[in-house]
Amino acid sequence: MNPVNYLYLAALLFTIGASGVLIRRNAIVVFMCIELMLNACNLSLVAFSRMHGNLDGQIIAFFTMVVAAAEVVVGLAIIVSLFRSRHSASVDDASLMKL
Amino acid sequence: MSALAAAASTGEAVQFWVLGTVAVVGALGTILMKKAVHSALCLAATMIILAVFYLANGAYFLGVVQIIVYTGAIMMLFLFVVMLVGVTAADSLKETLKGQRWWAALCGIGFGVLMIAGIGQASLGPGAFVGLGEANAAGNVQGLAALIFTKYVFAFEATGALLITAAVGAMVLTHRERTERARTQRELAEQRVREASAPPSAAPHPASADYGWKLPTPLPAPGVYARHNAVDIAGLLPDGTPSELTVSKTLRDRGQIRDVSREALNDLRALEQRSEERLGRDCDELDRGGRGEGQEAGR
Repeated sequence: MNPVNYLYLAALLFTIGASGVLIRRNAIVVFMCIELMLNACNLSLVAFSRMHGNLDGQIIAFFTMVVAAAEVVVGLAIIVSLFRSRHSASVDDASLMKL
Repeated sequence: MSALAAAASTGEAVQFWVLGTVAVVGALGTILMKKAVHSALCLAATMIILAVFYLANGAYFLGVVQIIVYTGAIMMLFLFVVMLVGVTAADSLKETLKGQRWWAALCGIGFGVLMIAGIGQASLGPGAFVGLGEANAAGNVQGLAALIFTKYVFAFEATGALLITAAVGAMVLTHRERTERARTQRELAEQRVREASAPPSAAPHPASADYGWKLPTPLPAPGVYARHNAVDIAGLLPDGTPSELTVSKTLRDRGQIRDVSREALNDLRALEQRSEERLGRDCDELDRGGRGEGQEAGR
């Protein structure tokens, strides 16, 4: 099997995630789509790592995971506080920075 | 293990096509499912499949971390927030920008075509995997550790700072400062008595649910002791009438109250009748005994 297949799969997943960010209105689902994009990048990094025979790609994927975890924590906290003030998790409702 | 990571066998191709299809279906489910919970579950499936791909690509540590951190921690955090925000909160179908969804889908497809065509055109060095046999020789975790603590040590330390900042940020964002002093237990008790001592406007029967004023005490418990303690059975007042106050408002509104005020007498009557049949007495004797009237009614 051609190793490029993994890259095609990663590109496909990234595209689906990016479309989801544009299409969906629910902030939580938008956030999940961002996670999907990060995961797709990780897959390509891991495939590159095996393609070139060194572990640098895996290290970068590992850092991506850590950053994604931190991002999820802060992002979900923002969504929860938004939901508290507006009683809605829709990104359309949060078009203004103030209430 | 290292041999597995080096060669892309037929088995791996089969695994790639089967699991890759499922991963794409899961990703599509994430963006197409109406409810956020279903999206989260689809995404969890995709992430587990990605973990399998990491393992197949010789990233043993990352594969396990993917399952533990992503599907274990992050997706559970997502589900937690979905439950907090409300499971039924579906997307609003109202479009703020006209035709935005279709344009977004078109942009997505165009982007995908561009990216995939780009990958097709790029020359990616070796046409096959070099393989991680050499890099993973001392073990995948050992190899990663050697890199993290030498070449990438500054990035690693910055990551630590990032994690601490994120934890503090999450606490600051979700923390709510109490704007007024918490009331003491004494103040709460005084307030309860004050509210309860307001006189009822027109005193209804104490058995009815709209008693008109708050009780200073907890509401009376349902059930008739020694006979029934189910929550749908109203407790009896001293005069034998059932009190609706003792049954929770939900059951009251549904009309699911069982009245047992007459049941005890009926049970007693049935018991007496059975014992009499057992003992072979007939009703005439009882009539003569002077307790016949209740017996007749029992039949």
